[in-house]
Amino acid sequence: MLNAGIPMEAFLVVSTLMFFAGVYGFLTRRNLITILMSVELILNSVNINFLVFNRFLYPDKLQGHFFSLFIIAIAAAEAAVAIAIIINIYRHFNTINVEDVDKMRY
Amino acid sequence: MEITVNHLMFGLFAAMIMVFSILTVTTRRILRAATFLLLVLVATAGLYFMLNYQFMAGVQLTLYAGGIVVLIIFSILLTSHISQKFEPVGWKKAYFSALASIAGAILCITTILQHKFQATTEAAKEIDMKLIGNSMLSTDRDGYALPFEVISVLLLAAMIGAIVVAKRKKLKE
Repeated sequence: MLNAGIPMEAFLVVSTLMFFAGVYGFLTRRNLITILMSVELILNSVNINFLVFNRFLYPDKLQGHFFSLFIIAIAAAEAAVAIAIIINIYRHFNTINVEDVDKMRY
Repeated sequence: MEITVNHLMFGLFAAMIMVFSILTVTTRRILRAATFLLLVLVATAGLYFMLNYQFMAGVQLTLYAGGIVVLIIFSILLTSHISQKFEPVGWKKAYFSALASIAGAILCITTILQHKFQATTEAAKEIDMKLIGNSMLSTDRDGYALPFEVISVLLLAAMIGAIVVAKRKKLKE
């Protein structure tokens, strides 16, 4: 086993730090694409948590594995739609800074 | 405690994840942020390999590191100048955001370290491709046929939605 000798808490601490780095980026960034990147970081840390819990606590089951598989698929769909919206916003306003995009009227 | 190759690998991946995820949200050049995000996702795939989930690591590399990052880089190239630098974040906003994040992180980490996790005593199951494929399409108790079908509809809807949203509107006569 490759994870022999490594405590479960070590993985959880890494994913926690990644989650809160994403939260910091979400709060401070003003560009839509960098906000999207912060959301990807948050989703990714959640995936790590699911897989770690599945491996260390319930190695006889598959739930965590499949949950993170479906999260990845949803994240891909979400990124595609978000980027379509961002490109449309850029066509309308010529900027993707959230502070300058204050009219959602078509 | 003896230091093994496992510890070194885990330390490498953990350090990569921590350093590059913080750089992703603090760098002032957007293309560099995308590159650091790519490195974080690759290191995460390394962690999945360490957990013996080879299929998840492969999906992580192809879908996240391959697909989503390429999508993000394309949209960066469509919407911003490469050499453009962001304005530095105002100190008040940076200070309070960092305070909130660090407080949350400390809270979560102390909770994790204090909690006694109860592992099941069942024998571990090795997850190989055959098992994944069978349970993905089975309708038994441990089958995932329904979410599989639902997510295929969701992906179709997202694809059509993305095309409709990004399509250039016809000019009115």
